[in-house]
Amino acid sequence: MKNALGSVDTVLLLGGRSEIGLAIVERLVRDGARRIVLAVRDAGDTPPVIGAAEVHLLEFDASRPQTHGEVVEAAVKLVGDLDVVIPAFGVLGSQAAYDADPVAAAEAVAVNYGGHVSAGLFAARRLREQGHGTLVVLSSVAGVRVRRANFVYGSAKAGLDGFAQGLGDALHGSGARVMVVRPGFVVGRMTEGMSPAPMSSTPGQVADAVIAGLRSDAEVVWVPGRLRAVFAVMRVLPRAIWRRMPR
Amino acid sequence: MTFLTGWGRTAPTPARLARPRSPEEVAELVLRAPGRGVAARGLGRSYGDAAQNSGGLVLDCTALTSWSLDESTGLVTAAAGLSLHDLMRALVPRGWFVPVTPGTRHVTVGGAVAADVHGKNHHADSSFGAHLRSLTLVTADGDSRTLTPDSELFWATVGGMGLTGVITEAVFRCVPITTSRIRVDVERTRDLDHTMETMAATDDRYRYTVAWIDLLASGGRMGRSVLTRGDHAGRDELPRGADPLAFAPASRLKAPSWAPNGLLNPVTVRAFNEAWYRRARPRTGLLQGIAPFFHPLDSVDGWNRVYGSDGFVQYQFVVPFGEEATLRRIVSRLSAEGVVSFLTVLKRFGPGTPGMLSFPVPGWTLALDIPAGRRGLAALLREFDGWVVEAGGRVYLAKDSRMPAETMAAMYPRLGEWRKVRDEVDPGGVFRSDLARRLGL
Repeated sequence: MKNALGSVDTVLLLGGRSEIGLAIVERLVRDGARRIVLAVRDAGDTPPVIGAAEVHLLEFDASRPQTHGEVVEAAVKLVGDLDVVIPAFGVLGSQAAYDADPVAAAEAVAVNYGGHVSAGLFAARRLREQGHGTLVVLSSVAGVRVRRANFVYGSAKAGLDGFAQGLGDALHGSGARVMVVRPGFVVGRMTEGMSPAPMSSTPGQVADAVIAGLRSDAEVVWVPGRLRAVFAVMRVLPRAIWRRMPR
Repeated sequence: MTFLTGWGRTAPTPARLARPRSPEEVAELVLRAPGRGVAARGLGRSYGDAAQNSGGLVLDCTALTSWSLDESTGLVTAAAGLSLHDLMRALVPRGWFVPVTPGTRHVTVGGAVAADVHGKNHHADSSFGAHLRSLTLVTADGDSRTLTPDSELFWATVGGMGLTGVITEAVFRCVPITTSRIRVDVERTRDLDHTMETMAATDDRYRYTVAWIDLLASGGRMGRSVLTRGDHAGRDELPRGADPLAFAPASRLKAPSWAPNGLLNPVTVRAFNEAWYRRARPRTGLLQGIAPFFHPLDSVDGWNRVYGSDGFVQYQFVVPFGEEATLRRIVSRLSAEGVVSFLTVLKRFGPGTPGMLSFPVPGWTLALDIPAGRRGLAALLREFDGWVVEAGGRVYLAKDSRMPAETMAAMYPRLGEWRKVRDEVDPGGVFRSDLARRLGL
């Protein structure tokens, strides 16, 4: 439970090897979180060192929604109430590859969107029951207005962003919350080999913004913050211009 | 669902509220406890999350208000939801006073037992639990048990923060008084050493004693204080024609609900402290009423709202006698950091009760109110926690809203013993609160 000074005690990270996810967890631990559950595929590995009093590993497969409820329940058994839940799994892929292999595209969307729907709803059910807790949804500016250069990924993020907003509204008044995070281009493992877009950030910067958002009970966090203003313009840009966006 | 907070107005959580009108209704509600458990609540004066139960059931016990007094012995039988305010209004005109009162009258008898509250007379009279003859507890199985100080469950309940069951009644001995006035001596001290020396040298001469510290004073004046000490006055000390047992306290002011965050900042608090220190002219034999002496803050309704929407935390710790260095270290750190504490109160504790989670132990106790929005506060208080643990001291659970579980375990050496008793009486964990979850109780 978030204490009087905003520190949390327990964190569930779904997709426990995510760079951004782990950077958020590290900061939460530094601020006082003691019990961490990392839900990962092939949970047999040694957990990363994040300095918490307890780090638990659970088996988790984003592409098998039928197992997501059990994972949430197992996390509750391990640490009790979940203060922060972060689904941080996803794949980027390239549009050219998706054009060539539509089945792979559908599978990517199933993880990037469908997996978040089941994991998010199962987590939300628990948060609603316990009357507190925040679901941190890692959306993207790619979903705010979808670009031709990566519209499969972008459309999944658009779906996720809409889902997260709707879920946040549904949870309103229950004590549980959803925080939507919209980073721009994040320089990290997921984008290795790509040249950074303007206003890119690092996983650490995303994590810092998430921590600040959690502290202030923000509903939406843009990373960096000035993307909020940029996308206020992007959103209304005429489509003829928008489709010429280079990337 | 209703969102509840403690007096510090931080970390609200929703719960279903029920307002039982009899101990039988309490038992029925306990037997039908939801999965998230039950917590009892009185007037919500615990600063933190002791009377919140996120997603569960909270029993508002303030409808349980019956009482009786045995005029020959001063023995009071009071239902748990009765406030000390109402009790005093009934008792004082009859020539009796409660054995212990905290800084507000607006706490219930049940809450006073559950937190084993202390007052300005701890060095002389210990805490509330020391005056109890018996208490009645509705346990997880729906039974109503009357417990006496020879039982373990009694001492797991006194100071047990409501986690052994719902307290429905308490029997305790009151103090005979001949007037409703306190004869007060006021003295100003130069610095912290002077404050502590004076308190140590004179507290056996007064039943009630407290020091208000100007925490923003620094350098050579660090720890300068206003010492207020008193005793119940006798009839012969009252002016002619005064009604000796008059007691009609009224709150005259109402704190505005719109107070901005940051209203209490170093500038305003420094100005207040300076004025308060100067106003407290040294006097002896000043006659004061019960309310202004014991409960000055009660004269402002909802004074907790002055801290704005961020709310505030109270940090109250005790360090045993012999560990004065830790107290000095904390005061000088607070003074150096310029921490704004509107109220900083220093007292001396005498012997504690056998309550397993009871707060007071013989030593020095300091209480601070700090706006919760202050930057770096979490780290600062964690640092203090470490020093307090090292000194063999502890933080008061009724005021806590931010401590981590391991710290609490390190501060309360009898936690294991308490858990054993609690697990026997409530094996299924029916009694839960946000505080219990946070501290892993």
